[in-house]
Amino acid sequence: MASLDDLKKRIASVKSTQKITKAMKMVAAAKLRRAQESAERGRPYSEKMNNIILNLSNGISDKENAPKLLSGTGENKVHLCVVMTSDRGLCGGFNSNIIKKAKSYFSKILNEGKQLKIITVGSKGNDQLKRVYRDKIIENISFKESKNANYFDADKVGRIIIEKFEAGEFDICTIFYNQFKNVITQLPQAQQIIPLNNEEDHNNSDESYEFEPDEDEILSNLLPKNISTQIFKAMLENSASEQGSRMSAMDNATRNAGEMVDKLTIEYNRSRQAAITKELIEIISGAESL
Amino acid sequence: MSEEFKIEIVNPEKSFLVKEDVIEVVVPAFEGEMGILKDHISIISFLKPGIIKVFSKSGDENYYVEDGIIEFKNNNLSILTSTIISVTDLDKSKQGDLLKKAEAEASKSEISDQAKYLADQKVEVLRSIN
Repeated sequence: MASLDDLKKRIASVKSTQKITKAMKMVAAAKLRRAQESAERGRPYSEKMNNIILNLSNGISDKENAPKLLSGTGENKVHLCVVMTSDRGLCGGFNSNIIKKAKSYFSKILNEGKQLKIITVGSKGNDQLKRVYRDKIIENISFKESKNANYFDADKVGRIIIEKFEAGEFDICTIFYNQFKNVITQLPQAQQIIPLNNEEDHNNSDESYEFEPDEDEILSNLLPKNISTQIFKAMLENSASEQGSRMSAMDNATRNAGEMVDKLTIEYNRSRQAAITKELIEIISGAESL
Repeated sequence: MSEEFKIEIVNPEKSFLVKEDVIEVVVPAFEGEMGILKDHISIISFLKPGIIKVFSKSGDENYYVEDGIIEFKNNNLSILTSTIISVTDLDKSKQGDLLKKAEAEASKSEISDQAKYLADQKVEVLRSIN
């Protein structure tokens, strides 16, 4: 059995760990509220953008000559995957859930004999993916300096993607991120952004719009913006998810540390009691032998 | 009959402005300034750098935008833009910064005609604000 001193040290060390995890939990909770608010405030923009694009693509007259960002290159050979993760660890399964989702998609693509290219956003994803897919990663973007997700960062990523698309480097682009559902649940998502997938609702196609200038020109201006918007939405969802995930992970860690302290304290008290009993027996048996 | 309609300006970060008592909005559409009154036909258009003028019962407001898309439908005007600043908030130093950036952009030689046109527009609008 460990000596009393050792036990005392361990209790102290677990207690200080508990203090740290508790503080991290509080910080995450405060940040979560802000991230959640900005995710909610950002929603109208991406929803409106989606609506307008939907209306536009329904109104477009010549589907054959539609911009490539909307209809795709007509081929399905090179896939670009944008994996969006956090820059910091200690947030439970947040990063590994995205990676898991992405990896299963990667192996599907590779099994079909297609070419795979990866862009990682956030350093944690890059760390995990470069072990297996080092030669597939073509770019790693990280926004460690910027505190909150902002549109300019998203725009930067969007520009890179569009540049590569126009250079013909890939046919299909998918982004991976965590959608924030609530503090305990984050759903890893794979969303295809090029070509645009809008099978969903075609219900409001009876709307007739006037376009100025014509549809094609608006679309070709709008689509690159939409890419950035989608990425921005993913970043917002991601940052809310990250904080939520960290909060619950740290909550668990704090609870576990509490349990451990209790267990160690019992052990400490028992061995203290045992030592006292032993000493008493020694004294009594010494007195008896006299 | 009332002559008012609703305007909503959103940027990626938040809903920037919502007003229900708007009488007229003048937007810098790509092919020229466009005034929008109640019961305008449904329209989608995009913006070039310029000033959005909002005339409403509760007062007139001006906003500087660099880009954006507008959609008008059922007397709802939605404006989506990534850069929007209220003209009253646009003090001399901020204006100077933006102007410098725009001028630098306009003086680049390797940009496309359209980008050049947009940058020139920006410079022109920013200069005219004073």
